[in-house]
Amino acid sequence: MSAVTATTTKVRPERRRPSPGKVLAWTVTAAMVLITLLPFYWILRTALSSNTALAAHPGDVLPVDPTTGGFERALGLQSTEEAIAQGGSGGGLKFWRYLLNSVIVSTLITVCQILFSAMAAYAFARLRWRGRDTVFGLFLAGLMVPTIFTLLPNFVLIKQLGLLDSLLGISLPTMFMTPFAVFFLRQFFMNVPREVEEAALLDGAGKIRIFFRVMLPMASSPVLTLGVLTYITSWNDYFWPLMVSYSDSSRVLTVALAIFRAQTPQTGYDWSGLMAATLIAALPMLVLFGFFARRIVSTISFTGIK
Amino acid sequence: MTVASSSPPSHLPPRDVEETAPKRRSVGKRERDGGGSGDGALAALFIGPALLGFLVFLFWPTLRGIYLSFTRFNLLTPAEWVGLDNYRRMVKDPIFWDSLKVTVEYVFINIGVQTVSALAIAVLLQRLTQSAVLRGVVLTPYLMSNVVAGIVWLWMLDTQLGIGNEIIAGLGFDRIPFLADETWAIPTIALINVWRHVGYTALLLFAGLQAIPNDMYEAAKVDGASEWRMFWRITMPLLRPVLAVVLIMTVIGSFQVFDTVAVTTNGGPANATNVLQFYIYGSAFGRFQFGYASAMSVALLVVLSAITILQYRLTRAGRTDLG
Repeated sequence: MSAVTATTTKVRPERRRPSPGKVLAWTVTAAMVLITLLPFYWILRTALSSNTALAAHPGDVLPVDPTTGGFERALGLQSTEEAIAQGGSGGGLKFWRYLLNSVIVSTLITVCQILFSAMAAYAFARLRWRGRDTVFGLFLAGLMVPTIFTLLPNFVLIKQLGLLDSLLGISLPTMFMTPFAVFFLRQFFMNVPREVEEAALLDGAGKIRIFFRVMLPMASSPVLTLGVLTYITSWNDYFWPLMVSYSDSSRVLTVALAIFRAQTPQTGYDWSGLMAATLIAALPMLVLFGFFARRIVSTISFTGIK
Repeated sequence: MTVASSSPPSHLPPRDVEETAPKRRSVGKRERDGGGSGDGALAALFIGPALLGFLVFLFWPTLRGIYLSFTRFNLLTPAEWVGLDNYRRMVKDPIFWDSLKVTVEYVFINIGVQTVSALAIAVLLQRLTQSAVLRGVVLTPYLMSNVVAGIVWLWMLDTQLGIGNEIIAGLGFDRIPFLADETWAIPTIALINVWRHVGYTALLLFAGLQAIPNDMYEAAKVDGASEWRMFWRITMPLLRPVLAVVLIMTVIGSFQVFDTVAVTTNGGPANATNVLQFYIYGSAFGRFQFGYASAMSVALLVVLSAITILQYRLTRAGRTDLG
């Protein structure tokens, strides 16, 4: 019997009675999916409920007393009296503004960081210049410094530059490069066959043009993956923006959310408004990921983005 | 495109003036320190922005952070050199030691649970189903910020209204004040962060599993080996180098926990969740003791460097296919 099963190609598992082990494995998988996705449903269910109904029916699976009040409070569309009546704090939060700030910071960081890191990676992988190995060793050492260590001194630096409470101040430290991005892209440039480059050189293209027309397109998959992950990382960053910004003009979503959570009215948390706000903060990344999911999931075969 | 590759470089158009040095034909051979000044001007252009960012926002702040740890500095008046004062104070500071203890407890729970879960998920994705959809699902919590994850679980684990406690009460147990109790708070925060990061870790391990040839499992199957036995005899030994790298990465990340604490417990109750990074932040921005905060950051840096060096010692033998 085993000889027969061994020769059948593994198109699909045997269709007999599933073994107890398989049943257990599927059960574990189902439980894992449930724990992974339940919070997402719970955000939605809470955001669409009213605070009074939430307190009365904490365990209902469907939204209770469905209302869009939570979203209206999160987006600052309710008057203060109305918000307080519905269990909000009445504190003014301008989520459109924070959303825009988050978009500006993440876009600025991602575009510049990927471009400059790719250029540096190309210089390390393909150009010959005096001091290359020394500079590369320096970058290598930079990998060893945990991001968190440079935050305090960088805060002092940004303060001296007079850029506190500005979107540029939030973006600057990671705008030019991260050692990881440089290494990651260098790996890919090293793997581009030299013949491709030499052929382009003989066709009369300059090295700058080769970089933009040959190297970057050939590394489009890793560049895209790195880009999306960088975007998500900067979008979700909290510690650094918390240090640097202290007014609406430079407040990003993560910081605004934490403030929203701290503005607890006398009656207890405004859970409905809070969940609506988290949904607004999280949704753009879910959509972004939805677009590139296949490519990202297949390219995550490297170490290191925190 | 089939041009004779022996054509001399002088055929290149004059646009490439950077190519002043005689072009070496020793393609692929590494020369000392980058091989002379072949593309000097062009390289400067390419490396310039990244090098500037590196020097200004990484190299210089690192040196400055170490310097500040030897000073008294409140941000308003110039830093004043005080030698080892901050370090002496740190050694005698019971709150510092307590926060280090809390951090280590957090790291143990967080890394222990996360590594076992990630390994289980990775193996399920490899041996049970090849579903790409499932791989995407696993990664979804990673798309949330720590702040969002913290707030959502704060709500789900709320003592009176949270769905978690509704279920617990429904089963006839006492409600658990997960984030308001000194014993429960750290394990709860550790598990919240497992929820957020486990999928990403699982995918990194999964990438390592992809490198194991399927024939090995097939052959073992013919010999009548069970999945359990294959896991211990094939998967674990071959995944070990990858696992080591991923473990170090996650441990270093885990030591830097801050966001989740800030939005759920704020260091409380009674300093029970006062993790090191939270204490450092409070010292700098709550009490304006930048010098002392820097000294504690240096201590953390030393701990993390020690872990990294240890990792290199342990994994030097096995080269990984990651990174």
